[in-house]
Amino acid sequence: MHTNPSSPLLQLQNLQISYGGIQAVKGIDLDLWAGELVCLIGANGAGKTTTLNAIAGVLPIAGGSILYQGDKVNAVPAHKRLRRGVALVPEGRGIFTRLTVEENLRMGAYTRKDKAGIEADLERVYTMLPRVKERLHQVAGTLSGGEQQMVAIGRALLSRPRLLLLDEPSMGLAPLVVEKIFEVVQSVARDGVTILLVEQNANLALEFAQRGYVMESGKITLTGSGGDLLANPKVREAYLGEVA
Amino acid sequence: METLIQQLINGLVIGSVYALIALGYTMVYGILGLINFAHGDVLMVGALTALQTMMFLMGVAPGMSPVYMLTIALMVAIPVCITLGFLMERLAYRRLRNAPRLAPLITAIGMSFLLQTVAMILWGRNYHTFPQLISTTPMQPIEGVFITPVQVIIIAASAAIMIGLSLLVTRTRIGRAMRATAENHRVASLMGVDTNAVIAFTFVVGAALAAVAGVMYASNYGIAHYGMGFMPGLKAFTAAVLGGIGNLGGAMLGGIMLGLVESFGAGYIEHLTFGFLNSSYQDIFAFIILGLVLIFKPTGLLGERVSDRA
Ligand SMILES: Nc1ncnc2c1ncn2[C@@H]1O[C@H](COP(=O)(O)OP(=O)(O)OP(=O)(O)O)[C@@H](O)[C@H]1O
Ligand SMILES: [Mg+2]
Repeated sequence: MHTNPSSPLLQLQNLQISYGGIQAVKGIDLDLWAGELVCLIGANGAGKTTTLNAIAGVLPIAGGSILYQGDKVNAVPAHKRLRRGVALVPEGRGIFTRLTVEENLRMGAYTRKDKAGIEADLERVYTMLPRVKERLHQVAGTLSGGEQQMVAIGRALLSRPRLLLLDEPSMGLAPLVVEKIFEVVQSVARDGVTILLVEQNANLALEFAQRGYVMESGKITLTGSGGDLLANPKVREAYLGEVA
Repeated sequence: METLIQQLINGLVIGSVYALIALGYTMVYGILGLINFAHGDVLMVGALTALQTMMFLMGVAPGMSPVYMLTIALMVAIPVCITLGFLMERLAYRRLRNAPRLAPLITAIGMSFLLQTVAMILWGRNYHTFPQLISTTPMQPIEGVFITPVQVIIIAASAAIMIGLSLLVTRTRIGRAMRATAENHRVASLMGVDTNAVIAFTFVVGAALAAVAGVMYASNYGIAHYGMGFMPGLKAFTAAVLGGIGNLGGAMLGGIMLGLVESFGAGYIEHLTFGFLNSSYQDIFAFIILGLVLIFKPTGLLGERVSDRA
């Protein structure tokens, strides 16, 4: 699948991103190997969304490089990165509210030509997310937040991604819905999709992830296995609401 | 009764043309939030290109059947307008995508002047007689009600085009990409949509509709000149606002409604103003409607909130 297994699927090297003159990401390094589930945690405004948007190609970068499958993709536009297997479920879900649920899902398969494969993948999404199937012909703007998040994830899966970027899929959702969404994320990971997960819910994310990165004010300040980070007193204090 | 039916027919004819033009305005607005004020002038270029083509054909093949001649004229006018629409977007509007909203608006007005001036240089300042290749001899389907073959064709062709466009937008892959891009460029690009190509396509479709509308408009009135796009352009813009700008069904509805209001208004304006204004003042209806809609229902008849647009 991946052309050169001796190098990471995704590599950020000294990545810098600015809004106007203000640097939001100040030179970060990150490696993601094929098949991994890695999470990126950090406080509000740390630069997590900015980083994911740059990886997906919807935000230009100011310096450093993004290597995907060993190639520098700094200047590759978003729609071409999707064709190469990079899918982003954006912060706030990015549902097309005026399209129906089914149209939203089919937008995920926009670049695919294999009709039979698309239908099969749609069926898989329906079995994974039964609540979505009941609402196929509804305009997506009428769905609840949790249902919209499921459509957003299902839509990304329909592109058959190699690298799935998830930006706070649990944001604003009830605990039961969050649990369901994390089940889906895990089953996608088991299918071999490489996942970079951004989460506020650090506890949950670190429990599932093999590795994690901690981001603060545009820099990576800590990295380690999920378990190590969970046990780290600094992480516990800053992100898990515990007093050290 | 006959007068009423007659006015209904006249209103449908001109309303269909307004609707075709309004679709171009509304599609571009829907996808870019831009009011392309040069759109009416694309119609003018379409009409004059068709005229030029017919003149040429009459010179080289005087015996050619009118239907062929008109078809060939359209087949020249449509690609010319398509190229024009494509170039406008590519060379001017695309560079201004992230500029403050006033910049593309002023550019569009400048584009309109540019097209009119170039047309004036190419075709002169005079009114040209537009060959009425399809018979304008009125038929009388009902005693006292007249309709010309050209009017029948305008209504039928417009209806067919509008149905076709609706199917394109609602049923096809590119149509879905257009709607997705209109809602959110960034997320559409995350789906693998080349949004620049989709926007260019939208301009091209709008320009093709304008070319057809231009030939219809000129055929109906038998006249063409470099400034002919201004009035139908403004009226079609009114129609798009009336229907709810950004909404395709709204543009169709708004166009037809405006045509009907004008036609009935022209019939009764003399009575309404006790002889003060005659039917040559029918243009005021469009602007009264525009004013009223903007004051009382800026979102138009079928429009939704547009404040969340980029
Ligand atoms: N469009 C923008 N224009 C200007 N500054 C921005 C923009 N988007 C984000 N920023 C700034 O960049 C920094 C990083 O923001 P970012 O959204 O990446 O953080 P985040 O880690 O995703 O935060 P959150 O957990 O709240 O989603 C913040 O200081 C933010 O204010
Ligand atoms: Mg964020």
